[in-house]
Amino acid sequence: MTRQRISGWGRTAWTTADVVTAENAAELARLVSASHRRGAIARGLGRAYGAAAQNAGGTVITCAQDDGSTQIQLDVATGVVTAPAGISLDTLLRVCVPNGWFVPVTPGTRFVTLGGAVASDVHGKNHHVDGSFGQHVVSIKVLLSSGQEVVLSPTENASWFWATVGGMGLTGIVTEVTVRMLQVESSQVIVETRRLAHLDDVIGAMSDSSDDHFRYSVAWVDMLASGRTLGRGVLTRGNHARASDVTGNEPCRYDPKVRLAAPPWVPNGLLNKFTVRAFNEAWYRKAPAKSHVGLESIPAFFHPLDGVRQWNALYGSNGFIQYQFIVPLDRVDVLRTVIGQFADAGVASFLAVLKRMGPSNAAPMSFPTEGWTLTLDLAAGSARLPGLLDHVDDLVLDAGGRHYLAKDAHVSAHAVERAYPRLAEWKAVRDDMDPRGLWISDLARRLKLVEEHT
Amino acid sequence: MKNGLGVSQNIVLFGGTSDIGCEIVSQMIQPGVANVVLVSRDIDAASARWANIMPDTSDVNVHHVRFDGQDADAMVDVVAEIVDEIGDLDVVVVAHALLGADVNFLRSPREAAVVANVNYGATMVLLLALGERMRQQGYGRICLLSSVAGARVRWSNAVYGSTKAGIDQFALALDGELRRHGASLLVVRPGFVTTKMTAGMKKAPLSTTPDVVAKATVKAIRGTGSVLWTPAAFRVIFALFRLLPESIWRRLPLG
Repeated sequence: MTRQRISGWGRTAWTTADVVTAENAAELARLVSASHRRGAIARGLGRAYGAAAQNAGGTVITCAQDDGSTQIQLDVATGVVTAPAGISLDTLLRVCVPNGWFVPVTPGTRFVTLGGAVASDVHGKNHHVDGSFGQHVVSIKVLLSSGQEVVLSPTENASWFWATVGGMGLTGIVTEVTVRMLQVESSQVIVETRRLAHLDDVIGAMSDSSDDHFRYSVAWVDMLASGRTLGRGVLTRGNHARASDVTGNEPCRYDPKVRLAAPPWVPNGLLNKFTVRAFNEAWYRKAPAKSHVGLESIPAFFHPLDGVRQWNALYGSNGFIQYQFIVPLDRVDVLRTVIGQFADAGVASFLAVLKRMGPSNAAPMSFPTEGWTLTLDLAAGSARLPGLLDHVDDLVLDAGGRHYLAKDAHVSAHAVERAYPRLAEWKAVRDDMDPRGLWISDLARRLKLVEEHT
Repeated sequence: MKNGLGVSQNIVLFGGTSDIGCEIVSQMIQPGVANVVLVSRDIDAASARWANIMPDTSDVNVHHVRFDGQDADAMVDVVAEIVDEIGDLDVVVVAHALLGADVNFLRSPREAAVVANVNYGATMVLLLALGERMRQQGYGRICLLSSVAGARVRWSNAVYGSTKAGIDQFALALDGELRRHGASLLVVRPGFVTTKMTAGMKKAPLSTTPDVVAKATVKAIRGTGSVLWTPAAFRVIFALFRLLPESIWRRLPLG
């Protein structure tokens, strides 16, 4: 056990906790029963941007850091895979893709654990077609604070299952995940890239029926463009390529590489209005003016940032936050207002991603609902940011929208109460699963997701 | 809990009517702040003062807690009471102190013990109680208002200056220990500040205002440093002053 200073991927709001590693199930159960009064939370690969997997003054339980590929049980015929929850999607893909099976949902990084994918109910570029991760889970094993391990599925203990999906680790530690994979004929994606000169064009292209012909669809938006070019963007949409579409005799060959690493020290403010504006201009111009179709590998299409190790350090010591919200489909006006306000404030977002989401699932705390979700990366040091985001929060909430807890680093407890109508129902199930009141995180403290026993 | 933008949810001020303390805390109020606890001897005075600072429409909950700066024994309970009220302490500003400018301590030596207890003895107990809470929390930041008067003590304010020298040094040592547990402490050393505490006194060179001290302090609270001199020039000036032989230091026309 070591006392360690930890933060989320955004490298803000650092706190200190006792970090412990469980090598096996018995040790895990022992750690859970020994955890003291500031509670415990499980931590996977620390990719949640905010404080979801840290616990100030308490215990943080991490999983063994070995690769674990030998513990993955894939049924090659049905594509149902069972693995320890500490296994990363990276490891899972290395085992499954060569056998013709792809993860049903992947977020923008493959360096998340299966347990984290369940607890955050992650979504990807295919949400409008396939929904989020929880919808593809066959069953999970969860270690409760009582020390008992239970099997949960949509048919067995369904309310506990759906409380754990998107439950931010506050119902128990997910120890094993069984998930139904997606069959693919190759490890390539046929990608259509289109440059669109205005937000309305981006929205239009993603709204018409053509979007449903693509399993994957997402748009990059230039948040600094204003006036006639407000919300201009690059829309990329794709489908898994068939074996006949690709050359070579190993269509499912999969060999992702991490090529670069961010330098160890970066000044605050490297990613500022001017550098981001220059990047945005180049990125927009780089996309072909006319629609272009080509083949891309899985890492290039799904996980471009994974090619740079520790890219989160590019924001300097102040760190950054990822601000992701969703508004209903008919509230494009709110998107336009928000993008306009960021452009006017000159607050640079290095990464801005727009996606049309499909219907929500049965999990009370799952983020996605039918609507538009916009994701922004924002340097945390700016003094104007709290005021600007507070204002944008109100616009989002007034429109019936909400924020994604796996990314959140700033909203108020009140915002979650307003945006998640099933919060009280989830809390009741959670309390039932954790009568000891053991599970807590810094996120849960800030948002008052659980009753604290101090 | 502080958020990812560096905004503290829960802020506590010891010395709820202190000019500098009020200015620091009022400059820290922004979206995301949930609770402000004002700890003061005179709650009515603190309420009246804060009614002007905080509009009723604000989302911030203002709490009042009574304390006696002389009562070292009660400090632990005061901290426990605050924690009961708001939970974790994100930032605690310790701004209460006695100057004793109008007291002739040679004629009334017992008065010196009161100043020493408020500024040093009881504050030390308070810092320890806060430190223990933050050590348990695994995070948190204490801001202690010290003074350049403690950087090298002069006869003109020797009682005040020496208590500040003591608490300043103690706080720095405590900071070292807190940092091992995720928390930290900031010692602020302002020069002569025009406040109600110094009203009627002759201004010293490089005198400043609560607003200026507060701006620098709020920035330093967001940062990670242990010491803030304000105005910043005092860092260099006192580095030189400390080198002077006592005989020369006493003769300097500094008041």
